[in-house]
Amino acid sequence: MRPKIKIGVTGLNAIDNPGPGVAVIRGLLEASSFEASIIGLAYESLEPGIYMHDIVDRTYQIPYPTSGTDLLLERLTYIHEKESLDVIIPNFDAELFSFIKLEPKLKKMGINMFMPTLDQFEERLKVNLPKFGKKYNINVPKSESIYSVADFRKHKDDFEWPIVVKGKHYDAKIAYNKDQLQTHFNKISAKWGLPIIIQEFKHGSEFNVTGVGDGNGNTLSAVPMRKQYITEIGKAWGGIAITDSKLLDLTHHFIKETKWRGAFELELMKNKDGKFYLLEINPRIPAWVYLAVGVGQNIPELIVNLALGNEVEPITTFKAGKMFIRYSWEMIVDIEEFEKISTTGEL
Amino acid sequence: MNINKNIAVSDSGFVFNPTTGESYTVNPIGVEIIEMLKQEKSINEINQVLIGRYNADIVTIDKDVSDFINLLKLYSLIENQNAA
Repeated sequence: MRPKIKIGVTGLNAIDNPGPGVAVIRGLLEASSFEASIIGLAYESLEPGIYMHDIVDRTYQIPYPTSGTDLLLERLTYIHEKESLDVIIPNFDAELFSFIKLEPKLKKMGINMFMPTLDQFEERLKVNLPKFGKKYNINVPKSESIYSVADFRKHKDDFEWPIVVKGKHYDAKIAYNKDQLQTHFNKISAKWGLPIIIQEFKHGSEFNVTGVGDGNGNTLSAVPMRKQYITEIGKAWGGIAITDSKLLDLTHHFIKETKWRGAFELELMKNKDGKFYLLEINPRIPAWVYLAVGVGQNIPELIVNLALGNEVEPITTFKAGKMFIRYSWEMIVDIEEFEKISTTGEL
Repeated sequence: MNINKNIAVSDSGFVFNPTTGESYTVNPIGVEIIEMLKQEKSINEINQVLIGRYNADIVTIDKDVSDFINLLKLYSLIENQNAA
């Protein structure tokens, strides 16, 4: 008989820029080592996962990361009193810092997580990527942090147009000239704050790898994917699992050298010479994780077992040639449900 | 000449490279050529098989096979070409 595990999951925003929550939940519900009961943790009352009652048992609103860790802890304490959570899987970049900080306190309360360390989290920040590439001998595109468009003047001789303009947590746009740089700078900084990262534009095909490191340098899971269909905002709407040994070697190297702890996503670009450049490291499960589940590597299940301190075996094989194709779907929801989550913060 | 042995070719001419995730479609003669490359046949051997099967002269077949193999190389389906 499988043990029953109650798991809090964030990132229920299954929208055009999807949070990973719903995909993570699908993996958890397919776990063979436990029976999952899902508690949704949402920021907005229109996150679609809140209303998916067939996969989410109950949802609670939690405060935005900008409210600080004290408020988050207070809310999680309340939720824990009602639900007795065994595990939380945070899925938003912007909230990871708070959850990493709270990990020891939550552990004492009986809520388990398996997250990267604070050092790992900070070392791979977009602003630190050039240093990261140098330290671990991984190719990364040239990049600089800027606090104003005027700052770019100092670096303009180091870059050729186009350049990629990135927010510190989210968003990336291509600028072909200074006017576009100004527009993207303003839009992205208004949403995500400063600094803005300008990055050398690499032509090529986009590849991602998701996986799990055990914190001691060992790979417990790794699935590479080639984006097949990319939306206007750069999100994979379709992708295929591949067996590129260079990508897998790079992933093992990343995990071994950084002693990565927890789930991650590597975003890479392969140029025409077949050289991979690491564009970003996301210290969490990606939204396309259900492809990994579908090819035989249930990453959400692994994370829960690691969080609970259970013995896990590395998963070394997967079925290449399986694809994911995302789709959108309308749910019909009673206004009373929207009212309840909006007014009481619970559904 | 080393064609990637992992490449999957269906009867309908769908070619899938599991290393890169790329896929292509080829016509029935393309399928025949890829299958012969997988059996490690040389270009001369492939030419001879095709002459026996199709009503075309050696010059045309040799040119078409070379063109096709160059395409396979372009798409990294063949690692190198050293067979005569």
